[in-house]
Amino acid sequence: MRADLSAIVRWVAPEARVLDLGCGDGSLLRTLWQERRAPGYGVEIDDAAVLECVQNDVNVLQVDLESGLSLFADRSFDCVILSETLQTIHRTELLMREMLRVGREVIVSFPNFGHWSARLQVVLGHMPVSETLPYEWYETPNVHHCTIVDFEHLCRRLELRIRERLVLHRGKGVTWLPNLRGSVAVYRCTADS
Amino acid sequence: MNAPHDPSSVGAVVAHQAHFGEPLRLKGGAELPAYDIAYETYGELNAARSNAVLVCHALNASHHVAGHYAEDAKNVGWWDNLVGPGKPLDTRRFFVVGSNYIGSCFGSTGPASINPASAKPWGADFPVVTVEDWVEAQARLADRLGIERFAAVIGGSLGAMQALQWTLSYPERIRHSIVIAAAARLTPQNIAFNEVARQAIMTDPDFHGGHYYEKGVVPTRGLRIARMIGHITYLSGEAMAEKFGRLLRRGAPGFDFDVDFEIESYLRYQGDKFSTYFDANTYLRITKALDYFDPAAEYGGNLSAALARAKAAFLLVSFKSDWRFPPARSREMARALLDNRRIVSYLEIDAPGGHDAFLLEDARYHSALRAYFGNIEL
Repeated sequence: MRADLSAIVRWVAPEARVLDLGCGDGSLLRTLWQERRAPGYGVEIDDAAVLECVQNDVNVLQVDLESGLSLFADRSFDCVILSETLQTIHRTELLMREMLRVGREVIVSFPNFGHWSARLQVVLGHMPVSETLPYEWYETPNVHHCTIVDFEHLCRRLELRIRERLVLHRGKGVTWLPNLRGSVAVYRCTADS
Repeated sequence: MNAPHDPSSVGAVVAHQAHFGEPLRLKGGAELPAYDIAYETYGELNAARSNAVLVCHALNASHHVAGHYAEDAKNVGWWDNLVGPGKPLDTRRFFVVGSNYIGSCFGSTGPASINPASAKPWGADFPVVTVEDWVEAQARLADRLGIERFAAVIGGSLGAMQALQWTLSYPERIRHSIVIAAAARLTPQNIAFNEVARQAIMTDPDFHGGHYYEKGVVPTRGLRIARMIGHITYLSGEAMAEKFGRLLRRGAPGFDFDVDFEIESYLRYQGDKFSTYFDANTYLRITKALDYFDPAAEYGGNLSAALARAKAAFLLVSFKSDWRFPPARSREMARALLDNRRIVSYLEIDAPGGHDAFLLEDARYHSALRAYFGNIEL
């Protein structure tokens, strides 16, 4: 399992009601059910991934995240997860606000554009390609790259309180110079109030 | 289509008739003193009686869901691409029941049946029936077949309304509800199409207020137009353009009122065909059943409150090109089920076929149904 997903599984409380946005084949939801007895729903737009969710016996809703989370009532989930999907969203701020509306807490993971290898590639005149950013610029589904510093700036703007943060590189925790040495970041946040 | 040796076909099937002597109280207040239900079954009911799936049909179909009749090999069931050995609804695993609703003209008691009170066809006197009434009758059929609880009830369009109503009328008797190309209530626009169809029938001089059987005539003109309107709304504009374009039947415009465009020819053909086999009184009643269906009505329009008593797991499927029962209507149901914390999955298939897409064999659609049925525990 991807290292950010292992962290997410640890952070989700037993029996929490979970919404996984951009849930892919539903394997995180399946794990959360098996290990945490956390019942959940996934949102996914891709046909092949939706089919895999049905095959995995995971509740999946095929709707577009860009149009918000109108299917879900206010505060209807304990935890809303956006794992490695933030960078593919056009209306990032709208979606983050929607996540705060429907969930008591949000968990977000994303590839850190501030990692030194990305910075170096840009300095050398190229868009970065790496393990966590595996696409060439002309084929990438990613539209909004950000760094750890940038994301925390958005959290302040949205009045989000960061409860936990885990920065990873190749599956291992990074504490020293995280925005330079970490390639993936995972956050657990709640509304500030 | 399916030759008798086709291993994925249920093969030659037989339609059954179940007679019910106990009166059926209808939602509209009338009572049917006795009635018959036509049905077919495929596969075997297992010892635990846990593998029964009810297939509910839509407007113009019947209990003949799969296979063919020995004496009429070309009469293939309307959902034969879904139901059979090795098909998404696998008859080696499930016991599948197709039941014809009351008011139909295909075998169950309907307007063309004999009214015991008058010894003449019911005609206009046949009561208006509702989705709730059909579910009631299906529950009695299930009792008769020894099915206490369905593993699943599945339907598209009007059939999907029955699959939904099952979860409300008999929440304990259905484990999975598969609701395809559906709406929890029709929009005024949708009711409007039905009303035009009904007006076409009722203003036909051969309609005789619904008592045309005894006059020896059929309001074919009205039925033709009703069917033409229906067909326009079942297809997407895209599918129609793809299929017919602006092709001219005679190669050049005729500057008259014979058939010019292929689409005109298609509609006339469909209308003619329909008017030879479908009953006008049935058409009127079925469209009314569609219009009246609205489980939220008795909850002040609150669908979430209406669905609170449902216990089943749900699979909802819509098709993007379906403008008669568009995805937004299915999302309303998904939202209401989520409000009630029900188990629900919702698929929005980007298929071009319009409302009729639910009858077609789209790979994404059928793969999802196959996976869903595969995960139903027996």
